[in-house]
Amino acid sequence: MLLDALLLQLGYNATLVAIGATLLGISAGVTGTFLFLRKRALVSDAVSHATLPGVCIAFLLMAAFGGDGRNLIGLLLGSAVSAGVGLWCLNWLTRNTRLAEDAAIGAVLSVFFGFGVVLLTVIQTLGVGRQAGLEGFLLGSTAGMLWADAMIIAGGGAATLVLIMLLRRPMTLVAFDPEYAAARGLNVSRIDMAMMGLVMAVTVVGLKIVGLILIVALLIIPAVTARFWTERSDRVVLLAGLAGGIAAYIGAAISASAPNVPTGPIIVLMAFALFALSLLFAPNRGVLAAVLRHLRFQRRVHLRQGLLALATGQPIYEKMTLRLLQKSGLMRADGVATEDGVARAAKALRDEKRWEIVRADQSHEAAAALYDGLRAIETVLTPDQITDIDARIGGPKGVAS
Amino acid sequence: MLELASNLGQAPKAEDLSKSPLSIRGLTVSYGQKPAVFSVDMTVEAGKMTAIIGPNGAGKSTMLKAALGIVPPVSGQVQVFGRSLDEQRARIAYVPQRASVDWDFPTRVIDVVLMGLYRELGLMGRVRAKHRATAMDCLARVGMGDFADRQIGQLSGGQQQRVFLARSLAQGADLYLLDEPFAGVDAATEKAIISVLKSLREAGKTVVVVHHDLATVNDYFDNVFLINTRKVAEGPVAEAFTAETLQNAYGGRLATAQVDQLAKALA
Repeated sequence: MLLDALLLQLGYNATLVAIGATLLGISAGVTGTFLFLRKRALVSDAVSHATLPGVCIAFLLMAAFGGDGRNLIGLLLGSAVSAGVGLWCLNWLTRNTRLAEDAAIGAVLSVFFGFGVVLLTVIQTLGVGRQAGLEGFLLGSTAGMLWADAMIIAGGGAATLVLIMLLRRPMTLVAFDPEYAAARGLNVSRIDMAMMGLVMAVTVVGLKIVGLILIVALLIIPAVTARFWTERSDRVVLLAGLAGGIAAYIGAAISASAPNVPTGPIIVLMAFALFALSLLFAPNRGVLAAVLRHLRFQRRVHLRQGLLALATGQPIYEKMTLRLLQKSGLMRADGVATEDGVARAAKALRDEKRWEIVRADQSHEAAAALYDGLRAIETVLTPDQITDIDARIGGPKGVAS
Repeated sequence: MLELASNLGQAPKAEDLSKSPLSIRGLTVSYGQKPAVFSVDMTVEAGKMTAIIGPNGAGKSTMLKAALGIVPPVSGQVQVFGRSLDEQRARIAYVPQRASVDWDFPTRVIDVVLMGLYRELGLMGRVRAKHRATAMDCLARVGMGDFADRQIGQLSGGQQQRVFLARSLAQGADLYLLDEPFAGVDAATEKAIISVLKSLREAGKTVVVVHHDLATVNDYFDNVFLINTRKVAEGPVAEAFTAETLQNAYGGRLATAQVDQLAKALA
């Protein structure tokens, strides 16, 4: 069943939902990256919670005028309007009061959401229209989704993606260095506004699938996941889109094969799984890599200290140093250096002297920046440069390098 | 130093500011109700290096930011090469304080310098070999050619400052405004930066630097602008950078011994 869903074999509707969700996931991941880089991740949480009153009011209005209260376009328009009002309140509070942005987020989020829940309860007691399914906007639901609904979601996601491609350069510049961007004549507040507008669009489009409570996760988790794998902002954007797309696709497929499970939480759990994998296994920033790096570093420090002690004839007290030296065949069990150990120690001492010169010489600045007390000097300098440095050291020649 | 005009009753004549790369008239900037900069006039001389000097909190950086429209002024006019700021943006290169950005941002040194080419690249333009070559050339000028592919978080403070300078060089501007470029940098960086700035002056560019080290003013700069919320003095170093003007700008904040020492250096 799940395999069928993953391979898009569950019929026309489920396939559409999966494709729509994937597009939404990609655009949420990409949009969220700029939010994350601008360090305004939580603003999206306020925006998404602020959609609820709009959804309810739109439902009431459409039902009151005799229409179908569940028309998706109507509901999404309503949610966009109230999200816009929420965003405006947030900006006004941060700009014109002494409230910091985090406090303003808390205020807007809770008030709008609380109001929305009251409206939702009122709708349920009134029994107007066919309100069943409205609470699907809270946690997302793909059950009973129509072809037209899926098209709106896919189209909205794709349009957002195109806009982001257009704005990526100014948004990156503003996220990295807003003062410089302003000095170049960019209108920083307008670019921020555009970014929040895109976030709002993703939120509104994603309401039906992920739900307003969890859309923040689809905006932020992919960006944070991607950050583990690269040090370049353009790649963070691409990887975040990929992570968001994969999470949304698998989540939508699972939810299609088990219709009673809300879609949003499944998608978020999928995104979290990717995040957890990255957190643990990413090559540079991952936890495992950090532990291994530290252990390796510790061994190299001990070996180096041991060799320098051998070279200068100082006693070694540290147990770990002794063990490492003996294990590497540099020292005999009785504490005397082996032939190999003597040679390596002499080389270590000579490298220390070479580094001393490199670090004092401005023309070797790039190499000196790599100095960590351990690195073999051959990895940063050419043989010619080393010969040159050795000539400056003077002293006995012919030490193996 | 304000004096009552003797020609009260006549309209004052407008000055010709078209020759000055940056002229500021009546600039007031305030955070809340307290002015950080009050009614300041400044006329930067073309082709010269000018230092903006004053005690902490005197409004040095604020004045620069307001002149560039980064901070909105309460009042005041700014002209750049005799025209409005927005018409002349492309001719100005600004180097913000190093501490104003997050250096863990996922970007490489070369990408930061390429930001200087923002106008050439436009919204969708691809980064081509010639753009890369320009960026590499700018990095080489600040002695950072070997660092192009490094993540910016790996740089020392002085190296970060030089990357910022390289980004401004990439713009090919005529007026350079630097905010505390020598704050907390190593001697090698200071040397590299000052030699780049001097070569800019040689090429006929104008350089304005917010500066805090009184001891190097004589060596580095042609003109000084002393400020302590209000303008204190402006002009060639020999005339405007004296024990008296320093006392006026710093008041009690500069130890008397320091003033004496500087006065000796100036004599």
